[in-house]
Amino acid sequence: MNNSGIRHDSSGTRLQLIKAGLKRRYAKEKIFKTLGITAIVIALMMLTVLFITITKNGYGAFQQTFIRLKITFDASVIDPERTGDADVLSQADYGGLVKKTLRDMFPEVKKRREKRDLYSIVSSGAAFQLRKMVMDDPGLIGTTQTVWVPADDDIDMLIKGHIKAGEEGTGRIKANEAAWVNTLIENRAIEKRFNFAFFTGGDSREPELAGIWGAAVGSLYVMFVTLILSFPLGVATAVYLEEFAPKNIWTDIIEVNINNLAAVPSIVFGLLGLAVFLNFFGLPRSAPIVGGLVLTLMTLPTIIIASRVSLQSVPLSIREGALGVGASKMQSVMHHVLPLALPGMLTGTIIGMARALGETAPLLMIGMVAFIVDIPAGIFDKATVLPVQIYLWADSPERAFVEKTSAAIIVLLAFLLIMNAIAVVLRRKFEQRW
Amino acid sequence: MQLMDNLIMKRDEIIKPVGNPFLNEERVKISCRNVNVYYEENHAIKNVSVDIAEKEVTAFIGPSGCGKSTFLRCINRMNDTIRTCRIEGEIRLDGENIYDKNVDPVLLRARIGMVFQKPNPFPKSIYQNVAYGPRIHGLARNKAELDEIVITSLEKAGLFKEVKDNLDHPGTSLSGGQQQRLCIARAISVQPELILMDEPCSALDPIATAKIEELMDELRQNYTIIIVTHSMQQAARVSQRTAFFHLGNLIEVGDTNEIFVNPEHKLTQDYITGRYG
Amino acid sequence: MKYSILIFTVIILSAVGFYAGRSRSSKTVNGEIRKLHSLPGYYGFYVALWCGLPALIVLGIWLAFQSSVVTSIVVSGLPPEIQSLSDEEMSLVINDIVNLAHGIVVGRPDNVLLAAAEHYNRLLGTGFLALVAVVMSICIAGLGFSMRYINPAMRARIKVEQTVQVLMILCSTVAIFTTIGIMLSVLFESVRFFNQIPITDFLFGVHWSPQIAIREDQVGASGSFGVIPLLTGTLMISAIAMLVAVPIGLMSAIYMSEYAAEGFRTVVKPLLEVLAGIPTVVYGFFAALIVAPFLRDLGSKIGLDVSSESALAAGLVMGIMIIPFVSSLSDDVINAVPQSLRDASLGIGATQSETIVHVVLPAALPGIVGSILLAVSRAIGETMIVVMAAGLTARLTANPLEAVTTFTVQIVTLLIGDQEFDSPKTLAAFALGLVLFIITLCLNIIALYAVRRYREEYE
Repeated sequence: MNNSGIRHDSSGTRLQLIKAGLKRRYAKEKIFKTLGITAIVIALMMLTVLFITITKNGYGAFQQTFIRLKITFDASVIDPERTGDADVLSQADYGGLVKKTLRDMFPEVKKRREKRDLYSIVSSGAAFQLRKMVMDDPGLIGTTQTVWVPADDDIDMLIKGHIKAGEEGTGRIKANEAAWVNTLIENRAIEKRFNFAFFTGGDSREPELAGIWGAAVGSLYVMFVTLILSFPLGVATAVYLEEFAPKNIWTDIIEVNINNLAAVPSIVFGLLGLAVFLNFFGLPRSAPIVGGLVLTLMTLPTIIIASRVSLQSVPLSIREGALGVGASKMQSVMHHVLPLALPGMLTGTIIGMARALGETAPLLMIGMVAFIVDIPAGIFDKATVLPVQIYLWADSPERAFVEKTSAAIIVLLAFLLIMNAIAVVLRRKFEQRW
Repeated sequence: MQLMDNLIMKRDEIIKPVGNPFLNEERVKISCRNVNVYYEENHAIKNVSVDIAEKEVTAFIGPSGCGKSTFLRCINRMNDTIRTCRIEGEIRLDGENIYDKNVDPVLLRARIGMVFQKPNPFPKSIYQNVAYGPRIHGLARNKAELDEIVITSLEKAGLFKEVKDNLDHPGTSLSGGQQQRLCIARAISVQPELILMDEPCSALDPIATAKIEELMDELRQNYTIIIVTHSMQQAARVSQRTAFFHLGNLIEVGDTNEIFVNPEHKLTQDYITGRYG
Repeated sequence: MKYSILIFTVIILSAVGFYAGRSRSSKTVNGEIRKLHSLPGYYGFYVALWCGLPALIVLGIWLAFQSSVVTSIVVSGLPPEIQSLSDEEMSLVINDIVNLAHGIVVGRPDNVLLAAAEHYNRLLGTGFLALVAVVMSICIAGLGFSMRYINPAMRARIKVEQTVQVLMILCSTVAIFTTIGIMLSVLFESVRFFNQIPITDFLFGVHWSPQIAIREDQVGASGSFGVIPLLTGTLMISAIAMLVAVPIGLMSAIYMSEYAAEGFRTVVKPLLEVLAGIPTVVYGFFAALIVAPFLRDLGSKIGLDVSSESALAAGLVMGIMIIPFVSSLSDDVINAVPQSLRDASLGIGATQSETIVHVVLPAALPGIVGSILLAVSRAIGETMIVVMAAGLTARLTANPLEAVTTFTVQIVTLLIGDQEFDSPKTLAAFALGLVLFIITLCLNIIALYAVRRYREEYE
């Protein structure tokens, strides 16, 4: 029976052969396993590096350097004719007040060029701040007040240690400016405070005045439009395909379409938005309504796919039970299947919305990349969104915008984290094993 | 009533087996002593001690969930791959404890082949399926030797005639019975001393089953075979010795003829007369 | 705002219709609900649908076409000398008028435009009044009509369910219309582009510089639109990304599904998925701010000239972004390989890595290839990382340390800012979009087909 080869039949040789190879084989096993761990470690390391650099760059932006000025609200400057008229008050030369205060603080500054340097250590926003104070309370006119005004972004960077004075290459801070700052430090007239403007302001060309509120509101409008359109559309589609649709070519086409759309690059949706919503339907450029429409189309496949999975997980017995007591197909779906599948659908929707919140490219196509200072008041107003704001700031050359960009990223990531956490909690809470 | 009492045996009860679990030393291929297997808290095999005779077919029978497959998988340490599984006691192959620290599971499995419940050929050609074992173990020095091993193994598994012109076809293209014989060929390609078969015919039709049973009869000339089966007829047809398991206990062991004609234990009797199972 | 109020009013009217229909239906049978064909609520829904649905449809259509209709009316009212302007200049004029109408006054607008803006606003005003009238009358007509039809024998439930089903069918066609919309919008503009630039020049040209004509009358100075350097740039960055993502993603998937203990998996898997959840603009910032300067400094230390917008930096970061994509898809695929195959291999004495390399991976290959193709398609279509970290100049080079540009970068650059919808420069973006869409479509279809076939095999 056993007529095989020379070495094949002798079990001793066979075992020796196997034993001889074992060491090499186990070495390979070890290498392979190490490769696996290395891969995971590399991936996690990248994640850590990313988070650390963003945090390191960004946390500073939550504080802003302020300079203490003793402003005399000189009536002869603000309202020489004592009209008390709001127009007069708002047109007054508040910048002049700031400059005068600075000159008083550093009387040794005489030369024109030096004066210009001196004025530049305070943000141009200081004048607006004073105007607002006076407009709110005209009684201030004629008094002298201690006011903390934001420092210029370069001074801010200097105080935070991101740039050094007089260094070659940086060159933005001159030696005399550094000396004034030192004097201010000695007099405790300069300090870092919580940066409210960052959370309440709109975009600005001046980093120290720029805030994310405008972009956040824009994001909110876009998300609102996306949610109210994509959730009903997605759920209705999923319910139809999963519960009612006959299996035929037509539904096959729809299915292939949905799966394919889920993998179409987002920028292509932007082109669609530009050609169809802006050029064909003539909707306004840069408006949240268009952004919402584009993101709806982009998010739909995600929601549909998640909703279908959720519907599939509802056992047949529930449907049969409902049909068995005489409910119509529609009643069985609406009253029994849908409520059970809803948590899963919501989870999918939140994940889709999170992705839409971080999406940038298609919104660039429909003009949401414009420089917009005002806080948008509605879905037809010009607006921008958080990720686009990040893109715009990342493109700005000022060092201070690096900090702002990172801080805006931290805020965006915080939102995403919250949304994903909600999705996870929802999934855990309603996870049902049939 | 007595039947009921027997059936509602306490789950954690440990029974001392009847029959003749132990054999003369020269006949023994494998000896198991006080083997206990736990899956987390579940005590799956309870203090089983039994000898397996060389170049014979031993059948493990018993109702489903009785632990016979678990026990089988202890013999080639396949349970090592299940994290929650814990094994106590000793199993000796030719006198050497296979759970000894020095024993290499890879080497052990090269000595103990296994055939599974469902035919599971690799998604490769018939040739590659059989060549896989010799190749990873480095048993063939060149293509000619490998060819020879493949052909011999297929011949021994009684499959060569049917597939000799299609060695490059995928293994999955064969019929169920042919697939299972391919898996047997794959198992014997590394010339194991022992073949474990876990319900090898449960997914096959009667004709394919008959072929496998015939094959087992031939293979026992050269190999020690343990087969787990839920078919008592099959156990009676192919095996020389039979062990009956129930709820993780080994109830009775003995010559197949003895057990089927004259079972000692009430449970064995009830099972083989078909009162439950 | 005023439109929202209108929509809100329609919804409230529908709600009123619902209650009216419900109470009317039970009144017709004097409260003996069993005599009704359907539950009273269904009569309510029936009325609400008649009241709200037609009105909302009309409202939607009206809003969709309002601005183009109004614009064309305004244009037709303009003096003939303005109407005879070219399309391009015309669009500028229209833009001015719309801006004026919205109260954005730049400089000193001439009277014709001011009049037109006033005309525009007047039309919008009357349009809105007409819309309110139309929508409200449809609402009320629907309400009255459906109320009269309520009788015990009417099969309200069936009618409502049929309507709902039709609505659901309409929803499910949105996906198809999206695809058609994408194809039409890129095709239409692309055809216009190819009328100006021969398609062969576009597909086989090796020179890309879309900047044209410093002076408007410089007809002949059209830029060159050869797509080859963009293609090579895109492929190079994608290739670098895949070189990072495939080994790391695949190896982590293998480790996770074959080696890792349960506890390890529950911690690490979500962490890896965090990488996928980070917006691409963040990766772009990371690439431009951290990775690119790092590579440049590293290069200068070892004597290599690394561009600060090198393909390498963009590709590396894109690779990091794609890791979780590859790993989670491969994880699914590897888990779908039946345990019996692993058992067979281990049972014959193979080590775990031998089992993985010789049995599991070959069995999972079609699925893995599918996921890699999906990842490639994503890399090719990825926009923000390359916009922020890759260059703008199209260069035909094989050196990953140089700056290259991609399809998506060019689309963004061509379309950001003012667009003239006649210049080949703007239209070129759509032609690039078409190429991008076709490439990714092919990749997706092949990948989805492979994954689907693979799933069927092991189900």
